[in-house]
Amino acid sequence: MSALSVKHLLGIKDINANDIEMIFKTADTFKEVINRPIKKIPSLRDITIANLFFENSTRTKLSFELAEKRLSADVINFAASSSSVSKGETLIDTVNNILAMKVDMVVMRHPYAGAAKFLSKHVNATIINAGDGAHEHPTQALLDAFTIREKVGDLKGCKVAIVGDILHSRVALSNIFCLQKLGAEVMVCGPATLIPKYIHELGVKVEPELKKALEWCDVANMLRIQLERQDIKFFPSLREYVMRYGLNKEILNNLSKEIIVMHPGPINRGIEITSDVADSKQSLILQQVENGVAVRMAVLYLLAGAIK
Amino acid sequence: MSAQLQLLNADAFNHTIKRLCYELIENHNNFEHTVIIGLQPRGIFLSSRICEELVHITGLKNIPNGHLDVTFYRDDFRRRENPLVPNRTQIDFIIEDKNVILVDDVLYTGRTIRAGMDALLAFGRPKKVELMVLIDRRYSRHLPIQPDYVGKVVDTITSDNVKVKWNEVDGKDEVLMITENQVKL
Repeated sequence: MSALSVKHLLGIKDINANDIEMIFKTADTFKEVINRPIKKIPSLRDITIANLFFENSTRTKLSFELAEKRLSADVINFAASSSSVSKGETLIDTVNNILAMKVDMVVMRHPYAGAAKFLSKHVNATIINAGDGAHEHPTQALLDAFTIREKVGDLKGCKVAIVGDILHSRVALSNIFCLQKLGAEVMVCGPATLIPKYIHELGVKVEPELKKALEWCDVANMLRIQLERQDIKFFPSLREYVMRYGLNKEILNNLSKEIIVMHPGPINRGIEITSDVADSKQSLILQQVENGVAVRMAVLYLLAGAIK
Repeated sequence: MSAQLQLLNADAFNHTIKRLCYELIENHNNFEHTVIIGLQPRGIFLSSRICEELVHITGLKNIPNGHLDVTFYRDDFRRRENPLVPNRTQIDFIIEDKNVILVDDVLYTGRTIRAGMDALLAFGRPKKVELMVLIDRRYSRHLPIQPDYVGKVVDTITSDNVKVKWNEVDGKDEVLMITENQVKL
């Protein structure tokens, strides 16, 4: 029996393979719990959690909120658009005001990289990063790896290709850290303008051609083009992007082996992935969403255990 | 220095399990509406043993046997140094309107059983819940909980430790009481 090596979950970079394995083992039991007739357990009944979303979210927000409620925590929600942030309040002031109402944990999504780390240094609460700019999205990486593990068993030696907008993706960075810590091989694939310049220093392969990447991998994680983070044009047109990097059934069927297709959501059907692929048997998209609740329950449970 | 006292040897261990089975048969007849659930981590060995023996004695084909983990229902979460790591729960049958026999190896403060009853109710509303333990450390309860079927009653003090060993994992069946020798005679 042991605890996580960290007090906050700020990024996958800060945790080790043992932590990830412990989160997965705990998530296995929570997956059983959320399939019971009564899905609620009393573990976190004396914990209050604030969900602070300074950026839009559907899945992550609902998934965290459900995970918190399944663990019997008290939950308060906060969306930046309808708050005093728009009146000019700073991040630390906003959070300290919320903490003054006796909140133990903060789940935060923020448009700026490093916001969660900054907060963890300045306020007295357990912080979980639910996405900070184009930096990290640790729980997404954990649930992706958990879903692959469920399908293939061990991630050691498993080949995962991350396809699309790597440059603006926090999912890509967290996934690279997480998969590598578990012994998987990672390749990134996308137009050269959307591949970060020094990405090879993380020890990942870079492949500009979709077909070659798919032929190499066991799992393809298709990312969305993050138009909201692109202030300049990174490729001539969406149509051209779809022609070169869109995954359709024809490409999938012409591969020499059957691969697993994943997507962190939200899907832009017909762009990075066509509907027939998204809804096919090879796609684990909805399993990812189901596992998201169990994995987030595990993270909350393990971090809450350290709050005295 | 600590001293070990054997409370049950392998023979007595087996006799006790047989007796517990006959007590169950007296009360549960043909086990039509009865299910047996062992508490993780070490109550599952007793529940499996009881089920095997019951099948052997009665000739019934299948007596439902499940495993229940109570970790998430415990009252000492966050009062420990480290988070409690859970075990597997496996209940592949419906407990609604059934007679449930909760099984654990040692009954001490009663807190695990309290958590066990909470955990059990997440699966439905049983008609009746009974408690079977191999060892009852009496006079040490923190909660008003008493067993219906007892293998052996022992008197202990807080610093004593009762250890049930199982052939399946420990290589032999026996029950030991480990006492810290504080008083020199």
